[in-house]
Amino acid sequence: MNWIEIVSIFAATITVSFGAVGPALSEGRAVAAALDAIARQPEAAGVISRTLFVGLAMIETMAIYCLVIALLVLFANPFVH
Amino acid sequence: MIESPLAAKTLFAIGPVPITTPVVVTWGLMAALTLAGWLATRSLTLVPSRHQAVLELIVGAVEDQIRSTMRVAPHPYLSMLGTLFLFILTANWSSLVPGVEPPTAHIETDAALGLIVFIAIIYFGVRARGLVGYLKTFAQPSIVMIPLNVVETITRTFSLIVRLFGNVMSGVFIIGIVLSLAGLLVPIPLMALELLIGAIQAYIFTVLAMVFIGSAVSDGRPQGNKEGNGS
Repeated sequence: MNWIEIVSIFAATITVSFGAVGPALSEGRAVAAALDAIARQPEAAGVISRTLFVGLAMIETMAIYCLVIALLVLFANPFVH
Repeated sequence: MIESPLAAKTLFAIGPVPITTPVVVTWGLMAALTLAGWLATRSLTLVPSRHQAVLELIVGAVEDQIRSTMRVAPHPYLSMLGTLFLFILTANWSSLVPGVEPPTAHIETDAALGLIVFIAIIYFGVRARGLVGYLKTFAQPSIVMIPLNVVETITRTFSLIVRLFGNVMSGVFIIGIVLSLAGLLVPIPLMALELLIGAIQAYIFTVLAMVFIGSAVSDGRPQGNKEGNGS
């Protein structure tokens, strides 16, 4: 095992772990705000949760990007032959 | 141990064209959906039977969603968006059949779906405003924004592709890892979670396609006069 592969594995783990932090915090804030809004206005729960789902998917895309980059590094690394 | 999620397994080849597993599954799903649609709409009556009531429920739900998201009359977009939703949903849930891997877990299928949405945005935008009118929307709010708007049109399609691919593929991948580490029957809760994620992702893909097409068609102005029934 040479250096490139060792560094690749470290890069993949660091990418996934740091990429999970931001989306986790912001998804927590989004859900908290949505629950607050539903508690104030239970009759608007349908619209709020629909918007919440779309927003959560948008936020989650950031984590998914990190996952895809990690997979590229692990499985489709251009420097490993 | 685990094969790369970015590579697809080649089953056989027709001439120079290799046919991979996702292609076979996709064609199987398309045949099943077409057959189900043909069988379900073969004998439509004014007073709905039990099957027709379920069918009308699905179509009505998609129609309501389009009306509340895009704020235009849903009819021109219903067939495309409804088909997109049903196909992605069945594709995500096809992992329930043993031995079948969902075709959306491979990026080629998602890229094809994203390309359909990309072309549909341009098509509906041009049809609603004319070619010049559609091109003018890139120069809004000012002419400086043209490069940003062009880049945004491409990147949002790309994020649509990567979102669907990442979610479905990570689910398949996690189930594979847990199965190889822990053994039989352990990944069943994860598979249940995967069903939920599959439904949510199908919904989100469709809703985002609606939002993008809606922004190309109506550009955020209130469309009270186009609505028709005013609901």
